[in-house]
Amino acid sequence: MADFFLIIGVGMCVLVLFCLYRATCGPGVLNRAAGISAIGTKTLILLLLMGVIYGRVEMFIDISMVYALLNFIGCLVLAKYLEGSGEVSC
Amino acid sequence: MLIKDVIAIVFVLTGFFFFTTATLGLLRFPDFFARLHATGKGDTLAVLLSLTGLAVYHGFSLTSVKIVFIAVFMFLAQPTATHAISRAAFRCGEEIWTCELVIEDGALEQGGGK
Repeated sequence: MADFFLIIGVGMCVLVLFCLYRATCGPGVLNRAAGISAIGTKTLILLLLMGVIYGRVEMFIDISMVYALLNFIGCLVLAKYLEGSGEVSC
Repeated sequence: MLIKDVIAIVFVLTGFFFFTTATLGLLRFPDFFARLHATGKGDTLAVLLSLTGLAVYHGFSLTSVKIVFIAVFMFLAQPTATHAISRAAFRCGEEIWTCELVIEDGALEQGGGK
């Protein structure tokens, strides 16, 4: 069963790499924000999978919860900041 | 193999499939709004399915309740973040991709956008 979660975790890492392309090369600030938000969502699941693989879910679940909160607040603050700044061209 | 392991495997695999489609949409769609359309809904559903699978795998305990709490929070937070950032993009004047219809000699051709 741990092998299955390990394979899913490796696949999730590959998906994070694909999202990292959009976060680095994406045209404009907003595309990068969308890519970073997607990376944060995948990292949340990846942390829980690491907890299941290591057998210490009780520790990783709190880190995952904090990561979800930080991802949400960061995305919201970035949206507010970009909305106030006006032009987002480059 | 227990029955809860099978249920967990099915849920996590379905969540991984939706993660894959969301990433594919984020990479391949032509517009910012289309990309956000793919990744907002796909990621929400994938997170819900994966967390449900992990909670079923872990059985009934405090950790499982915490996982369900994360799932409920993500179900509320992810559409809110998507809406906020798409509203910011719309007010900043992000260009919207339009599919133009080109009509030549009665034949209807569907041309790509910009």
